[in-house]
Amino acid sequence: MSVFDRAYDDPVRVLDEDGTVVGDVPDLDEAELVGIYRDMRLARHFDERAVSLQRQGRMGTYPPLSGQEGAQVGSATALGETDWIVPSYREHGAAFVRGLPPEKTLLYWMGHGDGARAPDDVNVFPIAVPIASQVPHAVGGAWASKLRGDGDVFVCYFGDGATSEGDFHEACNFAGVFDTPTVFFCNNNQWAISVPRERQTRSATLAQKAEAYGFAGVQVDGMDPLAVYQVTEAAVEKARDPPDGRLRPTLIEAIQYRFGAHTTADDPTVYRDDDEVETWRRKDPIPRLERYLRDEGILDDDRIETIESEVERRVADAIEAAESAPRPEPRALFEHAYDGLPPELETQYAAVETLREKRGDAAFLGE
Amino acid sequence: MSDTRNLTLVQAVRDGLHTELREDDDVVVMGQDVGRNGGVFRATEGLYDEFGGDRVVDTPLAESAIVGCAVGMAAMGMRPVPEIQFSGFMYPGYDQIVSHMARFRARSRGRFTLPMTLRAPYGGGIRAPEHHSESKEAFYAHEAGLKVVIPSTPYDTKGLLAASIRDPDPVIFLEPKLIYRAFREEVPEEPYTVPIGEAATRREGDDVAVFTYGAMTRPTLEAAETLAEDGIDCEVLDLRTISPLDREAIVDAFEHTGRAAVVHEAPKTAGLAAEITAILQEEALLYQEAPIERITGFDVPYPLYALEDYYLPSAKRIEEGIREAAEFEP
Repeated sequence: MSVFDRAYDDPVRVLDEDGTVVGDVPDLDEAELVGIYRDMRLARHFDERAVSLQRQGRMGTYPPLSGQEGAQVGSATALGETDWIVPSYREHGAAFVRGLPPEKTLLYWMGHGDGARAPDDVNVFPIAVPIASQVPHAVGGAWASKLRGDGDVFVCYFGDGATSEGDFHEACNFAGVFDTPTVFFCNNNQWAISVPRERQTRSATLAQKAEAYGFAGVQVDGMDPLAVYQVTEAAVEKARDPPDGRLRPTLIEAIQYRFGAHTTADDPTVYRDDDEVETWRRKDPIPRLERYLRDEGILDDDRIETIESEVERRVADAIEAAESAPRPEPRALFEHAYDGLPPELETQYAAVETLREKRGDAAFLGE
Repeated sequence: MSDTRNLTLVQAVRDGLHTELREDDDVVVMGQDVGRNGGVFRATEGLYDEFGGDRVVDTPLAESAIVGCAVGMAAMGMRPVPEIQFSGFMYPGYDQIVSHMARFRARSRGRFTLPMTLRAPYGGGIRAPEHHSESKEAFYAHEAGLKVVIPSTPYDTKGLLAASIRDPDPVIFLEPKLIYRAFREEVPEEPYTVPIGEAATRREGDDVAVFTYGAMTRPTLEAAETLAEDGIDCEVLDLRTISPLDREAIVDAFEHTGRAAVVHEAPKTAGLAAEITAILQEEALLYQEAPIERITGFDVPYPLYALEDYYLPSAKRIEEGIREAAEFEP
């Protein structure tokens, strides 16, 4: 029986909150399981350090992801090497799995344009800040893959709030009509800033919205990385090679919670109770998988300590790399708007340099 | 003389909304996070508690529906005040703005009018993430049927917001978030309006007329003071409304200076400075003694914040630009 043949409000689960097996454990070897654990620890540690950097004035506004590592890492691990992810602004945990160097994410939130530039071999679309605006891109990318016979699948990440936007619905409709190899991965973290999930839609689930577009929708415990892996892997496989009578696209609703604020500019204590946060903290994906891996004899204190130091070193190196990057030169303002600088932009840039020569950088920086 | 309170610009927004909600039951505030959260900039703080969730409405995350539903409400005679959280997120609602909000009156040959005020924080300089810093006011000024208001002081903010909400036609009300909390001013507690379409002379002078609005008003005045020490006397006009422009005030200021500069943080090409320059050409050509300087953002996507200081006109850049206009000799 397919993982998609279930009620919309019956989330796929593999581990319960205590790490006890309650479903079908996906076929992953030890290295892969440890990889999921390590990548979740990386995302969590990165997140804690990033919030701290922002608090110290070393970085601008930053959107925390703690609590959402299971959904991000579990899903991104299920992709093939040449598949793509199309993220919103909170999916750096997934992007790291795909090979994005963490210093890129730091640079981006430190206000450097180069932070938005992923290496050529990392199949990640640029971060999309306007809500749901990236969802049609994931359909278009997948459509191109289908037309060209590339066989690549596009996984699009977005939040619960995004399902209220027209772009989400239009994109799902196109995906159904053109049967594109797209996986719509909804990180339902319960809150769109201060607006709760129940306020976004009267639908009992977000997963059921897929029905209106004619393809499969499924809920998964988004704080259970193994369940997320299992569902995403099935959705990716169906996208690449759909069985008779099934469409390629899938809408996955991954139920989860952001432990922290929407961004560092937000104060969630204004709109949600501590009790609610505590309830969800008990579902934390990291101790859950850790318990399971210890029970299976795959992890022990020594291995965990080794992973911790590896993760800490990677994040420390990323911070050092990002903070040692010099402020971009003003010319970077004008580059990449077009293929080369048109004459008017050369003129505008020349005016910047003339003023710099005359009055120094202080003329711009107010120093 | 009524009592006053010492308010910041964003507090004046909140005070203006509070006053209009109290004065007119048809006023409804709606948008993302405007209710329980009190707005991401606190512009609606406490309004939900006082007026309830039917009048201060947390909506789903959908700009097109926020604007489009406000159109429908306004057509029925209500006075909705939708908020878009940042002007950079206006675009999903842009179709509603240009296809309907701007032309409902014209398309219904006057049967329907839309007494709605669409508010949004706009502009740069606060180290914000991508899409949170743009100045796209020219889009709206270009659209017939809309009025576009941009205050630069707390007093004007409350008065212009009241005038906008009470106006029979739709208004785009852009709030310069860089100066949301930059300074305070005495603001009357009582309701009052500041008329839409009238510029304010912030500094008098005979050498160069400088036209600006929003957050650029303060660095422009700073530049004017520096230039005064060198004997260049600027007249600084804060436009306050960019559609309709106060043509009379603009032309008057130019006629007694013969030289002009326009300052805005929006990109240069097809910006408000181009429109103002054209007005001066049309109406006061023979007074002109020097090329009109445009001191603006550049024709590039707004940068991430590490470079935003190079993008935004600074007091020194404004000073140098005005100096060009002042010192030009044919």
